[in-house]
Amino acid sequence: MADLSIEFAGIKSPNPFWLASAPPANSGEQVMRAFDAGWGGAVWKTLGDPIMNVTSRFGGVDYDGRKLMGLNNIELITDRPLETNLREIREVKRRYPKNVVIASLMTETKNDWKVLIRKCEDAGVDGLELNFGCPHGMCERGMGSSVGQEPKLLQEITSWVKEFAKTPVLVKLTPNTGDIVEAGAAAVAGKADGIALINTIKSIVGVDLDRLVPLPRVGNASTNGGYCGPAVKPIALHMVAALAREPGMIPISGIGGIATWRDAAEFIALGATSVQVCTAVMHYGYRIVRDMIDGLSEYLDAQGMKSVGELRGRAVGGYQEWGDLDLSYKLVASIDAKTCIGCQLCVTACHDGAHQCIFTGPDDRPRPPHAHAHGPAKAPRPLPLGAVAGARVPWIDEPECVGCNLCQLVCPVPGCISMVEVPNGEPETWNERVRQGRDKLPGGIHEGN
Amino acid sequence: MTLEKLPEDRLENELADKKPLYTEAEAKAEADRCLYCSDAPCIKACPTEIDIPTFIKKIASGNVRGSARTIFEQNLLGYSCARVCPVEVLCQGDCVYTGWGRDPIQIGRLQRFATEAATRPGQAPVLVKKVDVGVAKKRVACIGGGPASLAFAGYLALEGHEAVVFEKRAYAGGLNTTGIAPYKLHADDALHEVAWVAALGVEVKTGIEVGADDGPGRISGKKLLETYDAVFIGVGLGADSKLGIPGEDGPGVYGATEWIEKMKLEMTRAHREEVAGKRVLVVGGGNTAIDVARECALLGAADVAMCYRRGVPEMSGYAHEMSGGRKEGVRLVGHVQPVAFVRDGGGKLTALRVARTDASARAIAGTEHEIPCDLVALAIGQSKLSAVAAALPGVELDKRGCVVVADVATCVTGNAKVFAGGDCINGGKEVVNAVADGRNAARALLARWAGK
Ligand SMILES: Cc1cc2nc3c(=O)[nH]c(=O)nc-3n(C[C@H](O)[C@H](O)[C@H](O)COP(=O)(O)OP(=O)(O)OC[C@H]3O[C@@H](n4cnc5c(N)ncnc54)[C@H](O)[C@@H]3O)c2cc1C
Ligand SMILES: Cc1cc2nc3c(=O)[nH]c(=O)nc-3n(C[C@H](O)[C@H](O)[C@H](O)COP(=O)(O)O)c2cc1C
Ligand code: SF4
Ligand code: SF4
Ligand code: SF4
Repeated sequence: MADLSIEFAGIKSPNPFWLASAPPANSGEQVMRAFDAGWGGAVWKTLGDPIMNVTSRFGGVDYDGRKLMGLNNIELITDRPLETNLREIREVKRRYPKNVVIASLMTETKNDWKVLIRKCEDAGVDGLELNFGCPHGMCERGMGSSVGQEPKLLQEITSWVKEFAKTPVLVKLTPNTGDIVEAGAAAVAGKADGIALINTIKSIVGVDLDRLVPLPRVGNASTNGGYCGPAVKPIALHMVAALAREPGMIPISGIGGIATWRDAAEFIALGATSVQVCTAVMHYGYRIVRDMIDGLSEYLDAQGMKSVGELRGRAVGGYQEWGDLDLSYKLVASIDAKTCIGCQLCVTACHDGAHQCIFTGPDDRPRPPHAHAHGPAKAPRPLPLGAVAGARVPWIDEPECVGCNLCQLVCPVPGCISMVEVPNGEPETWNERVRQGRDKLPGGIHEGN
Repeated sequence: MTLEKLPEDRLENELADKKPLYTEAEAKAEADRCLYCSDAPCIKACPTEIDIPTFIKKIASGNVRGSARTIFEQNLLGYSCARVCPVEVLCQGDCVYTGWGRDPIQIGRLQRFATEAATRPGQAPVLVKKVDVGVAKKRVACIGGGPASLAFAGYLALEGHEAVVFEKRAYAGGLNTTGIAPYKLHADDALHEVAWVAALGVEVKTGIEVGADDGPGRISGKKLLETYDAVFIGVGLGADSKLGIPGEDGPGVYGATEWIEKMKLEMTRAHREEVAGKRVLVVGGGNTAIDVARECALLGAADVAMCYRRGVPEMSGYAHEMSGGRKEGVRLVGHVQPVAFVRDGGGKLTALRVARTDASARAIAGTEHEIPCDLVALAIGQSKLSAVAAALPGVELDKRGCVVVADVATCVTGNAKVFAGGDCINGGKEVVNAVADGRNAARALLARWAGK
């Protein structure tokens, strides 16, 4: 079994799985149950001056029968008295000394920061996380994302905190910014020990079409909220990777849409040291961590990796500029007739949304004016071995396939459409063409350029 | 105990899997449909309380080995259970989708998907035997090599103890090997599972009957008690009961489990003619009766009728099994009672003479008539194998001949060193109940040894 333990900026954790600062890490009773379930750490629900909340607070985006692909919230930081939270933090650390407790903080003046940090460190936290990310409510009061969007301010408050803090300091960034690298650089310049990202994305989750009020509805009005859950994972992955490949980067705690060990492994491969989870726990509970632990160690074993550290950053080198990608690399789609169920969604997708090269039967050919540059499609092959007689298995006009993989993405049967590599000459990148002065193609790609 | 001994072209192989192994794509699609319920009702409806939503979500996340581990934690024979459990009345029957009027999650098929690869040879083990036992290493013996014993022995072996299984037949696995309808589980698949349990560290000794005395191929219960730290009785049930009516002894009349065992293990495709084209009568209304009737129908019998002394509502066989049987051509002759077997001058069976029954299932005089047939299978119950248990001091039997245990949570008998489980304590339930008993007995013993 691979070693899942990590060290994040000096903080030791039994595994990389932490609860994000949010409702699942709201109280000691919850955090202890989470640790019992297997979570390695928890970033406590953001502490500061207790606030008042509204109802309703959440909005969800469902997708074809699956609930909560995305979650939107207009909740603020903790509404519990600071002393209560501190007492519970102390209790949790006493009972679970091996698990990580990080206090998420949000406050205003330099002195407020000083007092809050001292109290939290006295309570025994392992580290601090600065919430510069909340994009609703708190930002109207000059905190949260309004700090994260101003690199200078972010750097300044970070360096205040570093003046006072004895434990490692993580800066939690907002994705609601033009350039995440700029925000990350400001955190590094402020001498932060680590970066956590992403917080939620500014959003309006929907509109009540009967009352004509945005959602979630608070009486007859609403406000923009923060969006998270599986839907935001790609945005978070990009931001983590963009920071991870910066030279001199500090440890990263990846957050955003993580629900399974696979999601976590992807964040770690793109440079995260720990990962944090909110929505998936709000949906399914602390128990999801069991598969995260089990699945990640199975995966590491299968890869021959002895520790989670061996996975960290392994995919960062593969993240490059578009101009450095190989233009000669060519894939074409291939349909496995044995597993095809004949829905022909690939046909529609290719014809209406891609490059018109999947056909349904012998008589189905491109019609003018859609005839292609390469001339008429070649005749279909006889039904491949294994296909049910009369099956509605489509065929692909391979020379015309541009390898976009849209068909593979819409096919409901996993593994039915695969993208097959075909030999296609020497590697060549766009940046090389630019250097050689071959970057203008007036006649388009079909004119022998 | 080897697989090679089974004839290749066994007749049972003519009966194809009714629920074939899911492909990865099918498993993923079905797993994604599970709602991952909290305090899930499907778990409570499983006699071994497998954490069903967790194992299903592990399939969905691609962690198939972890999924198998979740299953085996609670049910070491999760593979055969996946294939033989009457899921319609267990886990799947309680899936929340059922209450919503939608198809339940196919838990059995997902469980097979998760465990099939894990139990095949050449796989990196998903379960790791404990090296440091913590307490002094103990030795246990099991009487009978069925699911109850295998679960008991396997869980103790995993904890580092020594477990030996004594099986009187040439093959272990109990009814998984000798009795389950082939379209659910073939004998070779059952034996694969036995081999997998053996590889956990269980010694399976076939061809040794536990009885009154010691000798070649025999060992006495007394000897086991002297030699081992604990003994588990998992002998299952005995021979098929007989009607005790004229003409019963002779060709053409079989006990149902006797015939099924023969069909599964001995008959080859060349023996198909013994059923195909024949008129078969099955006496009984339980699941064994339905099984043998369906097997005959699927093997090409010209006519298969079940003779039952009451009506459909009183049948103990599952409705879903009966309706499956009807589609395959099985018909039910209700409210009849066999009174004699009719044979021609050469002794060949020609018919079963039956009488109609009244509301209390008693034969009505003067209603006798003959139902022509070539083959009769008696599925009216099985005797109890009480002698082995009775010979062990302190072990008690109830009126039915079942071994008495304190409770199913411990499965301990009147002798603190002796445990019992499976059909021999419950009179005949399912494989999954036998596994639960074996597991519970193992846990009770481990707790005792740990001083808890
Ligand atoms: C025809 C039939 C079909 C069934 N179908 C299903 C089904 O589809 N699904 C389901 O869940 N359940 C089914 N069952 C029930 C199920 O098979 C049993 O509940 C289960 O096998 C009981 O397990 P066990 O370990 O108690 O006993 P068994 O499986 O009966 O195993 C007992 C073993 O002990 C051996 N033995 C007995 N005496 C001795 C001795 N003195 N010394 C050494 N060995 C001995 C026997 O040879 C046998 O191998 C079926 C039963 C029958 C009869
Ligand atoms: C209801 C709710 C409340 C949240 N409260 C906080 C908070 O107090 N402090 C904070 O730093 N982030 C907060 N977050 C953001 C989460 O910590 C996390 O960054 C975000 O939800 C993305 O992760 P996810 O996709 O796993 O949910 C909150 C999120 C939600 C849904
Ligand atoms: S989830 Fe709980 S707190 Fe929230 S609205 Fe429902 S009952 Fe109330
Ligand atoms: S989308 Fe997939 S399953 Fe549907 S027709 Fe195309 S290849 Fe077949
Ligand atoms: S009841 Fe059905 S949907 Fe719910 S966890 Fe069990 S199998 Fe899944």
